[in-house]
Amino acid sequence: MIRKAISYTSLIFFSFLFLAPFYWMVSTALKSDQEIYTYPPKWIPDVLHWENFANAWMSQPFNLFLQNSLSVTLLTTIGQLISSSLVAYGFARFTFKGRDFLFMVVLATMMIPWEVTMIPLYMEFNYLNWINTLKPLIVPSFFGAPFYIFLIRQFILTIPRELDEAARIDGAGPFQIYARIVVPLMMPALILISVFNIMNTWNDYLGPLIFLNDQSQYTLTLGLAQFKGMYDVEATGLMAVTILISLPPLVLFFLAQRYIVDNAAGVGIK
Amino acid sequence: MKTETIVTREQPAMTVQPKKMNWGALLTPYLFILPWIIGFLAFTLGPMLFSLVMSFFDWPVVGEVTFVGLDNYVNMFTDDPLFWQSLWVTIKFALLFVPLNLIIALFLAIMLNQKVRASGFFRTVFYLPSVISGVALAMIWAWVYDGEYGIFNYLLSLIGITGPDWLNDTSWALVAMVIASLWGQGSMVLIFLAGLKGIPESLYEAASIDGAGTVHKFFRITLPMISPTLLFNLIMTIISAFQQLSLALLLTGGGPLQSTYFYAMYAYDNAFKYFKMGYASANSWFMFLIILVLTFIVFKTSGGWVYYEGDNRKGGEEA
Repeated sequence: MIRKAISYTSLIFFSFLFLAPFYWMVSTALKSDQEIYTYPPKWIPDVLHWENFANAWMSQPFNLFLQNSLSVTLLTTIGQLISSSLVAYGFARFTFKGRDFLFMVVLATMMIPWEVTMIPLYMEFNYLNWINTLKPLIVPSFFGAPFYIFLIRQFILTIPRELDEAARIDGAGPFQIYARIVVPLMMPALILISVFNIMNTWNDYLGPLIFLNDQSQYTLTLGLAQFKGMYDVEATGLMAVTILISLPPLVLFFLAQRYIVDNAAGVGIK
Repeated sequence: MKTETIVTREQPAMTVQPKKMNWGALLTPYLFILPWIIGFLAFTLGPMLFSLVMSFFDWPVVGEVTFVGLDNYVNMFTDDPLFWQSLWVTIKFALLFVPLNLIIALFLAIMLNQKVRASGFFRTVFYLPSVISGVALAMIWAWVYDGEYGIFNYLLSLIGITGPDWLNDTSWALVAMVIASLWGQGSMVLIFLAGLKGIPESLYEAASIDGAGTVHKFFRITLPMISPTLLFNLIMTIISAFQQLSLALLLTGGGPLQSTYFYAMYAYDNAFKYFKMGYASANSWFMFLIILVLTFIVFKTSGGWVYYEGDNRKGGEEA
């Protein structure tokens, strides 16, 4: 009984700590510019200033940044779905020389910090004249990502091989088996990596920061970071745009919550 | 472990037709993994080797490239106070962040594991901050920490504490970053929770019959049983501490007085502010080496404190 009480008290206390910054963001976004400079701070605005959202959004080319973010997110997701699933199928369904070694390499590359490759990648894309275009953010996604390959492979291993065999007897080749049998069955895994990829790409800051210079190419995260640096920006507008940019990942999270929460845990134990 | 058993089971199915060499069938698997092979060479291995080469050169983005041997590495250690400063900042951050993160996440996971109602709600709450972008996180905390109108100091004032001007105070800015980072690491709670759920109830029941108390059960059952999860989280947390870059760039810009000048930011500045690509590559490789060594140490020492179920090498006398 006492144990339950301790559990609830600490969980509620920590929930408050975790939610307070979110609440503060929303409450600030709805205040008037004068209202944010009061002490003690006001928890609830007197009047809800919904116009803050449109005003802040229109004060910068956020619509353009939105377009860029959407293109990068959509194209990388298509790229990852095709490439990671093909590679995962290769690792899951064939025995070939060097397979286990190569798969170890896939797993090992998950541990390499991005900071190590970021400088030479910049040089490489600079050499290709890709700097200040969206290509450095999009093209690599068509060559698979270790984490997604790993997730899909694990999923394919749970699909019974009898189905492949039946199709093979009917004369289907490896690619047809992949396209007609395995892809429809691995939809849950494909949805999961799409969700992960959409969130990661949408939220990415360092990639756009390094590869993009011109404002016309900016993604939303980069646009928001730049917005903060402007001298006449009030906290109200900043929080309003922060909310708008955070909404898509938050909504997606609520839609796909079961998938994500289960796998956030599953990844840890391996 | 699970993967290994499945790997061996699938072998008979794919035996290529005997006698006749079937090149098509032999090449098929490589065709499927070809995208990854190309991507690995072009975007991972290639760049890594290239940056290793660059680290032995004086390599500006535009202009003459000159071979300097080990000079970049030597200068780093002997002639660059910023190198030591940033390394020290990173180590201080890791020393604060890693234990706090593990303790809080484990504590919350244990609380969630007490068969509480609405555990789904609490899990969502703890995970929520990791869903939004690091930029959004920085925007929120910059405002929460505001010296004059921030909610953080207001809440502290309610319990009688006069908070500092967090992000502009050399002794508190790093602590502020630790707190903001902890907020974004709620996914650790879920990983620990999954580890806890894997512990058989019977172990606790047996211990209760033997008269073991809560504390005893925690140190003798819970901690040993989740030690593999703990190891995984420890490594991942250390690595993420060394990669701290966005938050430093966005929240403090490394200041005040370089008190939050993280190692990753130091390498970033050398590359993209001062365009010393060779020197910055040496910085990156040094960081990579540190991460490798730390990971290796964590793995090696884990033999003493990580318990794998079904592992007969240790604890065998009890089985």
